[in-house]
Amino acid sequence: MSAPHDKDFESIEEHEHEHHIVSPKIYLTIVAILLVMTATTVGVSYLDMGLFNPIVALAIAAFKMVLVVLFFMHVKYSTKLTKLTVGAGVFTFLVLVGMTLSDYMTRAWGRW
Amino acid sequence: MSDSQVVVHVTAEGAHHEHLPYQRHHFETYAQQSDATNFAMWLFLLTEVMFFGGLFTAYLIYRNWYYPAFVEASHQLQIGWGTANTAVLITSSFTMAMGVWSAEMRRKGTLVLCLVITFILGLVFLGIKTIEYKEKYDKHHIPGFHYSLKTFLDPQSDPEVYSEYHDKPLALDMARHTEIYFFLYFAMTGMHALHMIIGIAILGFMIFRAQAGAYTTGHVTFVENFGLYWHFVDIIWIYLFPLLYLISRHQ
Amino acid sequence: MSSSTIVSLPDQSTARLPKMNFLSREKGLLSWLLTGDHKRIATLYLISITFFFFIGGALAGLIRLELLTPQSDLMATDTYNKVFSMHGIIMIFFFLVPSVPATLGNFFIPMMIGAKDLALPKINLLSWYLYLAAGGLALYAMMNGGVDTGWTFTTPLSTHFLNTNVVTSGIAIFIAGFSSIFTGLNFIVTIHKMRCPGMTWFRLPLFVWSNYAASILMVLGTPVLAITLVLVVLERVAGIGVFDPTKGGDPLLFQHLFWFYSHPAVYIMILPGMGVISETVSTFSRKRVFGYTAVAFSSVAIAVFGFFVWAHHMFIMGISNYSMLVFSLLTMLVAVPSAIKIFNWAFTLYKGSITFETPMLYTFGFMGLFTIGGLTGVFLAASGTDIHLTETYFIVAHFHFVMVGGMLMAFLAGVHFWWPKMTGRMYPEKISQLAAIVTFIGFNFTFFPQFILGTLGMPRRYASYPPEFQVLNVFSTAGATILGVGYLLPLLYLTWSLRYGEIAGDNPWQATGLEWQTQSPPLTENFPAIPIMDHEAYDYEWLDTQKEKEVTSVG
Repeated sequence: MSAPHDKDFESIEEHEHEHHIVSPKIYLTIVAILLVMTATTVGVSYLDMGLFNPIVALAIAAFKMVLVVLFFMHVKYSTKLTKLTVGAGVFTFLVLVGMTLSDYMTRAWGRW
Repeated sequence: MSDSQVVVHVTAEGAHHEHLPYQRHHFETYAQQSDATNFAMWLFLLTEVMFFGGLFTAYLIYRNWYYPAFVEASHQLQIGWGTANTAVLITSSFTMAMGVWSAEMRRKGTLVLCLVITFILGLVFLGIKTIEYKEKYDKHHIPGFHYSLKTFLDPQSDPEVYSEYHDKPLALDMARHTEIYFFLYFAMTGMHALHMIIGIAILGFMIFRAQAGAYTTGHVTFVENFGLYWHFVDIIWIYLFPLLYLISRHQ
Repeated sequence: MSSSTIVSLPDQSTARLPKMNFLSREKGLLSWLLTGDHKRIATLYLISITFFFFIGGALAGLIRLELLTPQSDLMATDTYNKVFSMHGIIMIFFFLVPSVPATLGNFFIPMMIGAKDLALPKINLLSWYLYLAAGGLALYAMMNGGVDTGWTFTTPLSTHFLNTNVVTSGIAIFIAGFSSIFTGLNFIVTIHKMRCPGMTWFRLPLFVWSNYAASILMVLGTPVLAITLVLVVLERVAGIGVFDPTKGGDPLLFQHLFWFYSHPAVYIMILPGMGVISETVSTFSRKRVFGYTAVAFSSVAIAVFGFFVWAHHMFIMGISNYSMLVFSLLTMLVAVPSAIKIFNWAFTLYKGSITFETPMLYTFGFMGLFTIGGLTGVFLAASGTDIHLTETYFIVAHFHFVMVGGMLMAFLAGVHFWWPKMTGRMYPEKISQLAAIVTFIGFNFTFFPQFILGTLGMPRRYASYPPEFQVLNVFSTAGATILGVGYLLPLLYLTWSLRYGEIAGDNPWQATGLEWQTQSPPLTENFPAIPIMDHEAYDYEWLDTQKEKEVTSVG
């Protein structure tokens, strides 16, 4: 076959060579951070920060999600396609939530 | 380990082609198959994200509209159980990731151990959820089934919660809206629990297969893809926990 | 009409169907019911959706019969509500959504990219079984008393004020949704991961691009419909209050969630049809599609923009003025990529060698009718006009122009175009051309008067109407009768052709595209050896050099 190197047609050796195996040390670090952030988010919820309570809570949750996605789900070591796929999911989710909420938030803005 | 690359095969009758036993015929190489199935799992997770998306949208709208009801209703959830469950799930994600690593390193014993621990942690999660659901049932906080507004119209009638948060009594219409909070609580955690149950069932199947050595000969796709599913279910809970349990605990 | 034709059939006295093909390879019922072969699954789908199409069509017939007279005299108004609801549900979820993807897409996407099958054959079969289960449940709901909420299940009517089979229909559509999701998922994985060597993205036929875009919509949009139906069922069964104003719920939330899917759904329906048109326009003008890149990207643009416009179905429902503004503007923008495609197809025709075989007749029908339907969509995008035209027959005419005049014509174009490849036999040309013309005439008689009815103010979903609207309604029903004949004819002659049609040979249309370079019907594994793609899409010069190299006799 004189076709250029097609990623879909690699042998098992080539595939395994590229297939990055994440080390347990990284997993341990990540799970430790996740548990610390869980304690943090619980602790912070007892403080009165007014408007910032939900923002901080969601920010911590988002941070935890990013860690799980990048390291436990190996996205950091994955192809561009995988990263694009994750991005597409997040984007569509934000469109659903954001544009629906924008209707509710602007209902009180008065008639014109 | 030196399984050869697949040769293009001619018609199926009697044609000789080298194939790994777990490679399907319509794929040209094993790498193609494992890439394709991995991508397929990611796409399936996208559908799950959008599926939960509808519930999150409903939650965000109603929390915005009925904030006082949501605050007081969320005080009915015990933060201890919620935090414990979060820790349980995060740890199970860790053990699942270690399971994938064990499969990649072809360590059968470690793999089975990791899967079993993940399985047990999953059951612990469901056990805690059952305790929590039972508590809601006892207090008549299940929407549509003899739902009781008593603890919201008169918070002092529930001394445990009142001593912690000193909630003010809600007006009748706002108290009614606590039913919407509980509906969302049950819908979101229930949908999540359903996904956990399916995951645990598949884990059970995987433990048997892992014990038989199916995943430690270089074919880790099933474990890897299941791992993705399990981490996804964990991520859903990572958001459910602050949204349902931690609305405002600083009264 | 020109008597020239590009059809090139082998000598019928000596031609035979190839002995070994996907139909003959394995025999017996189980070999069909447990198949993983995408071509067999496509065939199973084709039979199933045809069945549902005719049920939906019969319901349409009942609607038009009732509307012959201003009074609600053929059936009770409740029954009329059930008839149009079931018509919508069956036509949308059980015909239009799976039409091109599950039949032509399933059959030809692997062949067009040079693969042996889709990436996940068992999931493909599962899709079909889910479709059947859903269809069975929907039929059960219909026979058990039907559902009369309209296909849109608007709350709180569907959750609190009706006692028909909402839960059963909701579950049926939920299951059908997963059938659709799995098909789309399969296509995306296949197109990304199973292209043959040399098949780069920009050498793919535009049919593949269109189905790819539709698949993205299926995967990302359908789950939202699923959760919405779950919420409706829970609301009905448990009274949770999520859409109930007395409990603090918002009925409009249902509409936001429902239309978040159902608007992309219309692009799920039309995009694969547009893919078919790209193929036929090129083949029957013997010219590559003008502006390949623009057409490819416009498919993806329609998919992406399609997610941003759903609230234009809710302009009068109580959304905020600012939402109206934003969604109105975005809806105008989403018309642009569709228009780009029409322009590109028109420029493909320019200076092409056009012939008027049946697929091309349907293609011309599509281009004209879809343009009209699409332009009326722009009238509706403007919220000012929409306020007057919504919930009238203008809307009914608009979506029937794009769905029937557009999508159904494209489906028929595709079925005729690929019929020789799927079955190895040609359909009879004269009667098929007649059917296409009858369909076009019937369609215009049926639906054009409805634009006028809508602007005059006749509401939709009403069994009775003011007497001054009767003349146009009679026109419409007369047209529907002609249209019915036009749709019945293909069922008859295509079935006839399975036994008596001329042997088609590999490439009766002399088309480019990998599926035409192999036998008809194809082998189970599609190709004797995985092809290597070394030319661009729609490369008619390459095709000519192939013919030169072809050996026609030995010795």
